[in-house]
Amino acid sequence: MHFIVAFFLIQYAHSVIQHTEHASKWDNFFKYARIIVFSLIATYYIAESPDWFGWIWNLGLLGLVRFFNQNDDFKSIRSTAQSVLPFVGVSMVSDFFEQVFPKFYNSYDQFFQIALSFAFIFCFVIWFYARKQQKVLTQEREERLREEQIAKETKLSLEYLVAERTQELTQQKEELQKTIEELKATQNQLIQSEKMASLGELTAGIAHEIQNPLNFVNNFSEVSVELCQELEEEIEKTNIDDNDKEYIKGIIGDLSQNQQKITHHGKRADSIVKGMLQHSRASSGEKEPVDVNALADEYMRLAYHGLRAKDKEFNAALVTDFDGTIGTVNVLPQDLGRVFLNLFTNAFYAVAEKKRKLTEAGQLGDYKPEVKISTKKFDNKLYIRVSDNGTGMPEHVKAKIFQPFFTTKPTGQGTGLGLSMSYDIITNGHGGVLEVDTVEGEKTEFRITIPIA
Amino acid sequence: MNMKILVVDDEEDVKSLFEQKFRREIRGGQFEFSFAFSGEEALQFMQNHPSEVVMILSDINMPGMSGIELLKKIRADHPSAPPQVMMITAYGDAANHDQAMQLGADDFLTKPVNFNELKEKLLLL
Repeated sequence: MHFIVAFFLIQYAHSVIQHTEHASKWDNFFKYARIIVFSLIATYYIAESPDWFGWIWNLGLLGLVRFFNQNDDFKSIRSTAQSVLPFVGVSMVSDFFEQVFPKFYNSYDQFFQIALSFAFIFCFVIWFYARKQQKVLTQEREERLREEQIAKETKLSLEYLVAERTQELTQQKEELQKTIEELKATQNQLIQSEKMASLGELTAGIAHEIQNPLNFVNNFSEVSVELCQELEEEIEKTNIDDNDKEYIKGIIGDLSQNQQKITHHGKRADSIVKGMLQHSRASSGEKEPVDVNALADEYMRLAYHGLRAKDKEFNAALVTDFDGTIGTVNVLPQDLGRVFLNLFTNAFYAVAEKKRKLTEAGQLGDYKPEVKISTKKFDNKLYIRVSDNGTGMPEHVKAKIFQPFFTTKPTGQGTGLGLSMSYDIITNGHGGVLEVDTVEGEKTEFRITIPIA
Repeated sequence: MNMKILVVDDEEDVKSLFEQKFRREIRGGQFEFSFAFSGEEALQFMQNHPSEVVMILSDINMPGMSGIELLKKIRADHPSAPPQVMMITAYGDAANHDQAMQLGADDFLTKPVNFNELKEKLLLL
């Protein structure tokens, strides 16, 4: 009986402890406790069931209950473990009477047996009840664990969803930011192009206003030259002293020369005004199918020979990279020709300047002036590049080159209208883009992009 | 032969310019220049000197009556024995040119005037 109680107590305690976090800590303890219980029962039978052995069982059980009571890990089984106490108590009382008052015990033998049986049954009833509760608890715990598991999974999937959404939003944000940047760039371009257009109009307006008085200056100075000639002829007819005649003729000669100077500089101003007026005429005329490659080639040679005529020393390599698939493109041929002429003239000027500067510094080395034109048709757009390995431009020059009257050439060599007009022709006349890339002292590249239908 | 030419321009200096440029011809009696400084003045002049003017040189951009309006008026008022009309303008664009020619101008010159060319044209008349 003692063995059964002890065995089941240990078994029960172990099964409860197994579901707690202390399980592994007590595994060895339960193993030894079982071994002790088994060896006790074995000893009991080997020793031929001595009467005093019940005391060992009782003391062992008390020790066990006490151990459970004192150790916090067994809190949950304390009350159940204490249910063995009545059994131990009855057993001890019956043993005491059996050994000290055998007579009394023998006559009330049955009462003691019945009391012990009740205490024994009581133990198991309590245990059985506790077990049932334990099972309910375990079930609840499992339920909770399952719920936790489900909650965990839900949480995970939610987190995944959140991460996905966050990524989507981040992507959208980046896309929007890109769009804003693009819009800003377009806006800047529009402002720039608007500025250029209004400057162009202003320029043309001013030109018209200047043209009339300038015409008078030129015409009157011209006619004054003629008058001087007539005056000279008339003087010949008079009878003035020869010395005086010579003196008067000298004065007339000076006057005539002055008038010629006025005419010369008037003509210079006139050509500037003409250039300015071309601004307003930039978008006149009809677009017609043009072989752009041939046009570019023609103006490249024109610009080259124009410069050669002024400077016999000058030479440069002309490199062409034409896209043969372009065919003909609808453009304003005269306007586009003017753009080519401007770009090539500038390119040749840049390489000539670089060569001159290098020669002056005595560092010519193996510098080879080169001007390159390349064309490309791609995705309904015509790309034209004019590049040179000349002087390049510093940033502050680059920022102004499309403004009317901005020039870096010495007085009389440039009107500062070429690129301004080219810009106008490409952007307003052809709905395209004219851009420039440059490295000071190394190279310059003009890029034309024209949409073609 | 004495050819009467009426020059219409709002710039008064045109008078001395023409007189100096055509000094020899005027002295030689080939040309006789008259000047009007507005379209209205030109019409007035033509009323006062009917059928005298052979050639009219007119600016287009003038305050008040423009050269184009003047041309219209002349073509309407003088259908018989019409004078030759030559337009001279600083705006040598196609639109201006076409409009003038359509309204019956005989010639079209752009400023600055090439006087040698003008002289030749006048002498051919």
